[in-house]
Amino acid sequence: MKAWLAQHARCFASTLVKLARTPLGSVFNITVIGIALCLPVGLYVLIDNLQAASSQLAAEPQISAFMALDASRAEIAQIETRLKQNPRVQRYRFVPRDQALQELKQSSGLADVIDSLPQNPLPDAFVVSARDNTPQALEAMREEIAQWPRVVHAQLDAAWARRLDATLRFGRAIVLILGGLLALALVAVTFNTIRLQVLTQRDEVEVIKLIGATDSFIRRPFLYYGALQGAAGGMVAWLIVSGGVWLVNHNLGELSHVYASLFQLRNLTLTDSVGLLLLPLALGWFGAWLSVGRHLKLIEP
Amino acid sequence: MISLSHVSKRYPGGREALHDVGFTIDSGELAFITGHSGAGKTTLLKLLVAIERPTAGTIIVNGQNIGTLQARAVPFLRRKFGLIFQDHKLLFDRTAFENVALPLDIAGYGAKDAARRVRAALDKVGLLKYEKALPITLSGGEQQRLCIARAIVHRPAILLADEPTGNLDADYAAEIGELFRSFNQVGVTVIVATHDQALLTRLTPRVIALRNGALAEAA
Repeated sequence: MKAWLAQHARCFASTLVKLARTPLGSVFNITVIGIALCLPVGLYVLIDNLQAASSQLAAEPQISAFMALDASRAEIAQIETRLKQNPRVQRYRFVPRDQALQELKQSSGLADVIDSLPQNPLPDAFVVSARDNTPQALEAMREEIAQWPRVVHAQLDAAWARRLDATLRFGRAIVLILGGLLALALVAVTFNTIRLQVLTQRDEVEVIKLIGATDSFIRRPFLYYGALQGAAGGMVAWLIVSGGVWLVNHNLGELSHVYASLFQLRNLTLTDSVGLLLLPLALGWFGAWLSVGRHLKLIEP
Repeated sequence: MISLSHVSKRYPGGREALHDVGFTIDSGELAFITGHSGAGKTTLLKLLVAIERPTAGTIIVNGQNIGTLQARAVPFLRRKFGLIFQDHKLLFDRTAFENVALPLDIAGYGAKDAARRVRAALDKVGLLKYEKALPITLSGGEQQRLCIARAIVHRPAILLADEPTGNLDADYAAEIGELFRSFNQVGVTVIVATHDQALLTRLTPRVIALRNGALAEAA
């Protein structure tokens, strides 16, 4: 057991030496892997952030029910009773048309334009929150309210959020596809690197086979090489993505200063980072394993 | 220790390198396999360490049938031998020390124990002062002795040498011959494939002569 561990430790050390002995080639290989990996990972970070932002904004979808402009107080009271009695309504808020106009004036900076209007163009409205916030339930409720008397239009505010959500889901699918393809590329790059190595070390492989090396002993340095190269590529990808996030946040810092808002991109979590180290490591190992298994068979003393 | 009976080897393409060869080599013997180029000496050595498999007959080494040995067991068979090659088969990107340490790395010796054994082997062949040298800086005779050090470092019971003096002049060849004699004197079975007559008269070994792939005489 101790001897076995020592063999592995020596193999690990000599693999590092081997990587360092051809610095340019190693750096290029690792950079290629890193750049390939940082594409899906970067996209993942972006989508993760958009998702977080969208869930903040669309925390509570609301239905706005707009009354007819000439609706009477009695008619409005009737709608209010219906809302009060409806068990699916969590709460509602009445926005009288005058108040709506005031709010618009304050928030939009269009005071001059609004003042010049001959009459208030806005209707009375109810803003309704439902108990069940699933898209289907909300849509059903919107349709129901839209059919009530004197309700001209009912609108689901969360529609855009759902569209964003669908887009993000599409984005995640792209991340998966891209990730899968680039994982394949990583395996292929490792396969080729190891193939070249096996062929250039043909003599060495032949000699150690002759003096009694087992296949696993011969395979080990190549597997280590593939795994280390993959892991190093993962680290490069991590550096690129983290650097990108830092750069964006640095610039956002000035921006949010101006707008007095705090929006910061979230970086990769610890779990993400560990995954970004281990997954390329495993893929590199796998590529090396495929390559070595195939090419060692061709070398018999 | 080694016994062959009715061994034939036919290569794909029809050439028969060995035909119905049989002999026994006991533990501790010094045996030469002689014959012209193409007589089948190298093929015979290759059969002993399972580089090639016989097409007929049985080869027993230490009670193991080499013809039916599983591929997984082959490395462990080879560790029982010390192999010496005409072209040395040294690794030129490693020092003399690292070359000799190779069989010990493979067998999983600890670093300290390995270093002691490597130095002992280098000392035995008179190359201790060159332990840090790369093989390319050594002369032909020194390279051959380095190859011998690598072959004996794990103290194998059997030493197999294929034309060990083939590329060397007479003085170097005599040195190598003395090394073989000294190993044999401490109980190692030494088998040498050669057509070096000087070596033969010097060591007076048992001779197994091959002619066109068959046994010419068994002395």
